[in-house]
Amino acid sequence: MKEETIPVTKETVIGETAKLKIEGYRFVTMTCAELDEKQVDVIYHFDKNLQLKHFRLTVPKDTLIPSISVVYQSAFLVENEIQDLFGIHFDNLFIDYRRTLYLGGETIAAPFCKFTVKRTDKSAPAAIQAET
Amino acid sequence: MSKTIIPFGPQHPVLPEPLHLKLTVEDEVVTEVIPALGFVHRGLEKLSEIRDFHQMVQVVERVCGICSVIHAMCYCHGIEEMMGIEVPPRAKFLRVIWSELHRMQSHLLWLGLFADSFGFEALFMQFWKIREKVMDISESTTGNRVIVSVNVVGGVRRDLNSEQISWILTLLKDIEQEIGALKKTLLTDYTITKRTVGKGVLTKHQAYGIGTVGPVLRGSGVVQDTRTLGYAAFNELNFEPVVESDGDCYARTKVRFRETLQSIDLIRQAMSKIPNGEINVKVKGKPQGEVVSRVEQPRGELLYYIKANGNKNLDRLRIRTPTFANIPAILTMLPGMYLSDVPVIVLSIDPCISCTER
Repeated sequence: MKEETIPVTKETVIGETAKLKIEGYRFVTMTCAELDEKQVDVIYHFDKNLQLKHFRLTVPKDTLIPSISVVYQSAFLVENEIQDLFGIHFDNLFIDYRRTLYLGGETIAAPFCKFTVKRTDKSAPAAIQAET
Repeated sequence: MSKTIIPFGPQHPVLPEPLHLKLTVEDEVVTEVIPALGFVHRGLEKLSEIRDFHQMVQVVERVCGICSVIHAMCYCHGIEEMMGIEVPPRAKFLRVIWSELHRMQSHLLWLGLFADSFGFEALFMQFWKIREKVMDISESTTGNRVIVSVNVVGGVRRDLNSEQISWILTLLKDIEQEIGALKKTLLTDYTITKRTVGKGVLTKHQAYGIGTVGPVLRGSGVVQDTRTLGYAAFNELNFEPVVESDGDCYARTKVRFRETLQSIDLIRQAMSKIPNGEINVKVKGKPQGEVVSRVEQPRGELLYYIKANGNKNLDRLRIRTPTFANIPAILTMLPGMYLSDVPVIVLSIDPCISCTER
């Protein structure tokens, strides 16, 4: 992408997002893209004066990612969408639909992924653990 | 005060598409809102893995009928940027003309639905009667009223001859007069002002912080219009973003009304400046790389993220539509408002749920 793309980790994503908010950036959206059997790219898009800036977070599929809805509340909708369609789980979501935003609730597979990974992260909320 | 939970939608007379809001109400005043989606999710983004990048133009056009040409334009821009394709200047102007026609028919549709939401059916019918003329232009020039299918990767499929241009300019003059005749009713009628002034207020800071786009953002005083980036032929046209400062339903109505008239001016400018020449170029090769493409839909900023690796099918197509960005604003607009104001406020963001869920 021709715009600036900054690599982040799940430990630094909240801090970097908060810095952008202080600098006056607005949250545009997030994109999740499956890389291979085990990994996904989560790309965060921000904008200021119609100039985009992106963060790229590359993580294994069973990772629990901290939600940036603690910084940009409106991010909860797209994080829930990624949760549903890619099976990536977010921690501390402003509103957590628990994979029922688009899905029926009993779906375990990630519809937009070729390969779905069962979660092994024990820190997941009880409802999600029940699915795995 | 007792709390009651009232479901608004997914089926509601004022909603053109299904959207569910769980409203917590205390004595007729809304205190909390939780939206729910998923009634018309089609998974269109996933189709990019099995349809080649040329066929995807027809898929993205069907994300939404009201803004279909703009979806296709955004997608084509992204692929053309990725492949280094230079679109002919005439095609850029034609894209502007058809996208502004779509903006007009979208805003006229909304103005009619908005009037209908508070029972002003006569005004609803007048706006939709004018909209029919805009749809007639689309049908005569492209063959279809709604999903016009004129964009292809590399340009457009159809051209306008001089007779069509002069006919369109004559019709636009009538449309402008008819819209102007409704201005006084829309903006000064007692019923309309009573139902919209001071309702669903979003301050400038809130609108920007929530990430709203389009008339919702500009109605709160933020000067931002993606067309100022200068894509297609917009860099050759003179216009300023239409902005109001009050941030209520009335301000958003005024923004859309004024943008309808602005679109007429933009079409006139485009038709006076359109150069002669080719309308598309041959596309060779396959896309490779990552690109983000943005355009201004009637509802706001539309963003496409496209990733390709040199195959005829894309790796990933991500579509962020303006209503997806504006729905979280409902959580700020509704608390403190009366239950009877909910339909008008929800409709004031111009929700397009087929766009939102794809």
